[in-house]
Amino acid sequence: MSSRTAARPATAVGRTASQLDERLTIAAPLRRTLNKVFPDHWSFLLGEIALYSFIILLLTGTYLTFFFDASMQEIVYDGSYAPLRGIEMSRAYATSLDISFDVRGGLLMRQIHHWSALLFVASIVVHLMRTFFTGAFRKPREANWVIGVLLLLLAILEGVFGYSLPDDLLSGTGLRIINAIFLSIPVVGTWVSFAVFGGEFPGTVIIGRFYILHVLLIPGILLALIAAHLLLVVKNKHTQYPGPGRTEDNVVGKRMFPVFAAKSTGFFMVVFGLTAALGGLVQINPIWLYGPYDPSQVSAGSQPDWYVGFLDGSTRLFPPWDIYLFGYNIPPLFWPTIVLPGLLFTVLAFYPFIEAKLTKDRAHHNLLQRPRDVPVRTAIGAMALAFYTVLWISGGNDLIADKFNISLNAMTWIGRIGLIVAPPIAYWVAYRICLGLQMHDREVLEHGVETGIIRRLPHGEFIEVHQPLGPVDAHGHGSLQYGGAPVPKRMNHIGGMGRAVKGFFVPLEESQARPVTSENEKAGELTGSGRPKDPEA
Amino acid sequence: MSRADLVTLGGKMDGVQVIYAEQPVEPGSAAERRAERQVGASFVGAGLAALAFMVVYVAWPWEVDTAGGGVGLATLYTPLLGLLMALALTLIGVGVVLWAKKLMPYEVAVQERHEGASPEIERQTTAATLVDVGNATGIARRTLVKRSLGFGGLMLGLMAVFPLGGLIKKPGTALSETPWEEGMPLLGLNGLPIRPADMRPGSLQTVFPAVEGGSRSADGVAMLIRLLPNQVADYRAREGQEDFHWNDFVAYSKICTHAGCPVSLYEQETARILCPCHQSQFVATDGAKSIFGPATRSLPQLAIEVDGDGYFVAKGDFTEPIGPAYWERST
Repeated sequence: MSSRTAARPATAVGRTASQLDERLTIAAPLRRTLNKVFPDHWSFLLGEIALYSFIILLLTGTYLTFFFDASMQEIVYDGSYAPLRGIEMSRAYATSLDISFDVRGGLLMRQIHHWSALLFVASIVVHLMRTFFTGAFRKPREANWVIGVLLLLLAILEGVFGYSLPDDLLSGTGLRIINAIFLSIPVVGTWVSFAVFGGEFPGTVIIGRFYILHVLLIPGILLALIAAHLLLVVKNKHTQYPGPGRTEDNVVGKRMFPVFAAKSTGFFMVVFGLTAALGGLVQINPIWLYGPYDPSQVSAGSQPDWYVGFLDGSTRLFPPWDIYLFGYNIPPLFWPTIVLPGLLFTVLAFYPFIEAKLTKDRAHHNLLQRPRDVPVRTAIGAMALAFYTVLWISGGNDLIADKFNISLNAMTWIGRIGLIVAPPIAYWVAYRICLGLQMHDREVLEHGVETGIIRRLPHGEFIEVHQPLGPVDAHGHGSLQYGGAPVPKRMNHIGGMGRAVKGFFVPLEESQARPVTSENEKAGELTGSGRPKDPEA
Repeated sequence: MSRADLVTLGGKMDGVQVIYAEQPVEPGSAAERRAERQVGASFVGAGLAALAFMVVYVAWPWEVDTAGGGVGLATLYTPLLGLLMALALTLIGVGVVLWAKKLMPYEVAVQERHEGASPEIERQTTAATLVDVGNATGIARRTLVKRSLGFGGLMLGLMAVFPLGGLIKKPGTALSETPWEEGMPLLGLNGLPIRPADMRPGSLQTVFPAVEGGSRSADGVAMLIRLLPNQVADYRAREGQEDFHWNDFVAYSKICTHAGCPVSLYEQETARILCPCHQSQFVATDGAKSIFGPATRSLPQLAIEVDGDGYFVAKGDFTEPIGPAYWERST
């Protein structure tokens, strides 16, 4: 086919490209990729942070596997850390200590790994909040929301398995609680617990089993789901905030190459740099201070990683309600640790479908919403956050009680009552704030921006001058409709006061103060909103 | 066609139009040279930081001498590595971002979306093809094939799950038994048996069954408490356990009946035992009854006595399962 034989390019790069294209017919898809337009907004970077911390986790995690031995075989420690020398411990704990003290740079890697795990879950949560409050989960993106919720769940599980591995006193206490949670499952609890732990707690296999889940099975699923998540973003194209020229049928932004790609690469490096700084400078999980796991010991103020805190809180707050059915027992532990998270994640995963069902909204959405424009959803989100926050704070209620000299029992009761009272209050407050912000937007569109200039009318009345945003009608009211985009509310937003002068310590340019009232302005008669009366009206 | 025209044409083919483009700095201007220098400085700084990282990695004394106790240079090893690595990575990142923001053109591009349902012709033809594929297999018509495949598939799916049966262990009576038995001495943390005179009123010590590996026993670990004199009169045993204590000594399982943490904090004035994991509280003078927090059950009591040699021994195993509750655990 002569039409497929292209002219021979002049440069070596060109010839290589030509050779590749002859084999792969890749020119068109490559150009489409280069040309793909991404919208620009800081809140779209949150998901990127999650992706980058996952990459950092893979890199540092692989390094750690070179030295870690997930064995519960008891040995006598003989490493560099003198206070523990001669003490019996598992190989898992001993090799974790070796990574910290006897591997050159190992402690740095361990700490980067732990910090980026915290960042990974945190950025997923914040990204999820952004997606929720802006309505980015609506049709056609429901599936990607569900994948995102699965990613969050798996990220939390991955974190729990990870911090259970070093077999120090803290992680062992966590394992003991995990064992108790398995035991609390009705009907099959003891069987599940014995299957997972290979017998009665602690057994000799649990670290090895969690290890393979942590380094192979769950990362594999995470990787596949992340790939699907990104592919769906490419397929559906990114959502965008409303603004000039932005419609449901276009994407306004920058082409993927070079600017978008360069900024993302730079951002990845900055995120990596941040975790390296944290890993080097801020100590995390100093396992050598905890000592090896011993079922008879625990340290006061034991805390899980932050993302498990809400379940610790729910466990602390749950009342001692034992249920007996025909001589069988459902322990109180079952409700806050299995039923509650199960319900929370199920509702979260199905939220797009629930909302579509209730609002009967079946339209295709590519433009995002400002949270204030959807007060009910925003208020529901605020309610959920309040619920979560009470649980999370209660997860550390012993520390708060200790530091602030509050009775521990009072803290528990504050949590129990707060869990019921705080969400409705949060709902109401968020709802009212949304309505207030909406009204202010309308007010500015109708009456203009407050200029801060007070004028006195001939008959003595003081009025504030308003700058209309567009043409006005006979009554001086603006005719602009609200379009879902931010409404300028200060004079410098619309260039009326001159723009802000650039420069951090010293001004980089001369400030060009623009006189607000020009010399030749005619002192005409003013309307009630402070605007000169239209002579023709 | 010029290159610019080709780029525009390519954009048009992809539904992309650049509606605004601007060089952030004037080509050849002082601002451009400054921007270039900034980018260059970032990259050179990154390179130097990376180089410093390698030098520190190799040359800095890193081996921790915790026995020496002195604050050696080694304590700075990890912070230095982290700082230099962070510097190198961040500077590369900053350089790339500066490059993109200051030297690459600022643009506003618009791309059309072609989403939603496919054109009708595609839908119709694809649906027809799918139905045709289905018909060719005859799956709808051939009931025998369909049902037998359903059966075979289901069984294969179950078969794939079955090897997990290798994980299953019969719980049996393991959860309701601990190593304690009649006459077994209570050993302290030092592995020695305990005499009543060893403990002051109001004190608590962790005790273990005198068996091989007893000090690491996850279910046998218990607390031996000597009540204060004024608490002895208040002491109330649980029903049927009136003879479990020995004078002013009581022994309870140390494993919390809620989630299995060791209940470690003892407030001697109030005789309260607190679990640091979820703050359940138990009263030692009241049969270790749970009075606050999520735990529902009392800590099981270990019956103790003093043997002929004057040492504490158990009068038998716990009379109920210790630790967190489970389905089969009645009452």
